[in-house]
Amino acid sequence: MVLQARRRAFLLLIGLLVAVLGVLGWSLSAGSMPVSGADLLTALQGGEGGMEVDIVRNLRLPRAIAALACGGLLALAGALMQVLLRNPLADPYVLGISGGAAVGALGAMLLGLGGFGADVAAFGGALGVTLLVFGLAHGDGSWSQTRLLLTGVIVASGCGAAVALMLSLAPEGKIKGMLFWLMGDASSATYPWPALVILVLGLAAIYPFARELNLLARGETTARALGVRTGRLRALVYGLGALLTAVAVTTVGSVGFVGLIVPHLVRLAIGNDQRLLLPASSLAGAVLLCGADTAARTVVAPIQLPVGVLTALIGVPVFLFLLSRHPK
Amino acid sequence: MKAAPSILTTRQLAVELPRRAVCRGLDLELQPGETLVILGRNGAGKSTLLHTLAGLRPQARGELLLSGKAYRDWPRGNEACLRGLLAQSQPDFFSASVLETALVGRHPYLKRWAWEGEDDEAIARAALAQVGMAEFAERQIQNLSGGERQRVAIAALLVQQPRLYLLDEPIAHLDLHHQVAVLDHFQTLAQQGAGVVMVLHDLNLAARYASHVLLLDGEGGHAFGPACQILEAERLSRAFGHPLRAVPDGEHLLFVPV
Repeated sequence: MVLQARRRAFLLLIGLLVAVLGVLGWSLSAGSMPVSGADLLTALQGGEGGMEVDIVRNLRLPRAIAALACGGLLALAGALMQVLLRNPLADPYVLGISGGAAVGALGAMLLGLGGFGADVAAFGGALGVTLLVFGLAHGDGSWSQTRLLLTGVIVASGCGAAVALMLSLAPEGKIKGMLFWLMGDASSATYPWPALVILVLGLAAIYPFARELNLLARGETTARALGVRTGRLRALVYGLGALLTAVAVTTVGSVGFVGLIVPHLVRLAIGNDQRLLLPASSLAGAVLLCGADTAARTVVAPIQLPVGVLTALIGVPVFLFLLSRHPK
Repeated sequence: MKAAPSILTTRQLAVELPRRAVCRGLDLELQPGETLVILGRNGAGKSTLLHTLAGLRPQARGELLLSGKAYRDWPRGNEACLRGLLAQSQPDFFSASVLETALVGRHPYLKRWAWEGEDDEAIARAALAQVGMAEFAERQIQNLSGGERQRVAIAALLVQQPRLYLLDEPIAHLDLHHQVAVLDHFQTLAQQGAGVVMVLHDLNLAARYASHVLLLDGEGGHAFGPACQILEAERLSRAFGHPLRAVPDGEHLLFVPV
């Protein structure tokens, strides 16, 4: 039984890997200027070519990589937060990290900084909120999920108010950029490779502890009675979840929904074994966000939709469908 | 020849909650084959004491030795092969199959990169059969009743195969025949050389299974000794604040509220 389930899960992992390659191919070739398979290969191999090759290499590839990486980051961070808080409703933003990033990014935009300056400010804001929530919730040395969750939710709503204030003060010309940042937008991601590297490193860092995470999901007492150092493990999960989220929102803005829904979808398919759930969520998140981003720039082209809107529009019905089919 | 160390030893152990003491100056020794039942009113600190004995929370003072060594002196993870804790049931937020849930007891025996194998599965299935849950192996834990979940939790503990069993209300939610079956099984394990410490609320089951009794008065005082010495109608009436009468029944005493 155990072996059977595991074989099914490995098949799913391989299927997801194929899906990642498929969605990457779609993302590189689709758009207002369709690119043939031959040009695609030339571009990826670094060869010389016409405008198609330039478009793929300089526009579509960074954007596709950013979407893949950030989808994986958000889904992985969401799976980690759900274990950390032992709450299936947790997502990467529940502890206020995206709120902090939004305050940083919008503040920078308001001051006239764009691009790199806004990214640095977003990352700084995310880390600032991470430390603030950790300090406030962990101040007495204990690790109460409720306290952590409450602190995060309150700090997040404070950030939300600050964001609303900045939007209301912002001049007309800057509002659209700010709104796109808030909804999540991969079009401005020009250096996506750090996000992909962080995703791979983050997964590698937490994977050795995956079986211990299974125990942590069953409760602190259970885990400790079976020999897990829960204090250290939870600090690692919190820190890593925060870092992954901060990198993702810095790269593509606060794309909603991926971090909440993808771990659930994967859990419905293969159960809650973190050794399979963490890599499968990363891959599925990558597929979802990259697919959504490609759809966002092609469906009503030349208008580009914010990708966060599409992830929700795709995710909600799929999720409800699977939930209704899943036996209670 | 030096005798093997007892399974659990406390010397002048003091356990405290933020505002009060659970016990002070507790000296006890648990040998293989012995069953210690902890009794006391609600809120006397029975679970707190049990968690302290499991090494999950620090004692205020005194010494606590598991098989002759303090918890901090055991290499990390080894203590989980020696003592197991059945905590009071907690809600499950994520679904998992019954078999997966029983398999968590194998965690201390598996290397970091190892996956549960067929032998681990055989151990888990045997434990599930022991608590009458063999046919439920593929079911989801969230669809079980409270008593069934409790039996799965007991199976997970049996899978852990420790020397010292620490049981917090092991028969909570169980039907009468399962109560007796579970306690009989722990008695068998004790006869095979394990030590058992359990919190019970039923005085008559305590009288039936305990070799020793620790009675907490809720104000830091305690009485510890062989079961026949501690289980007296007068002492128990005082401890629980309600008059009790002892009625002989064969070789045991039955305690009946007046």
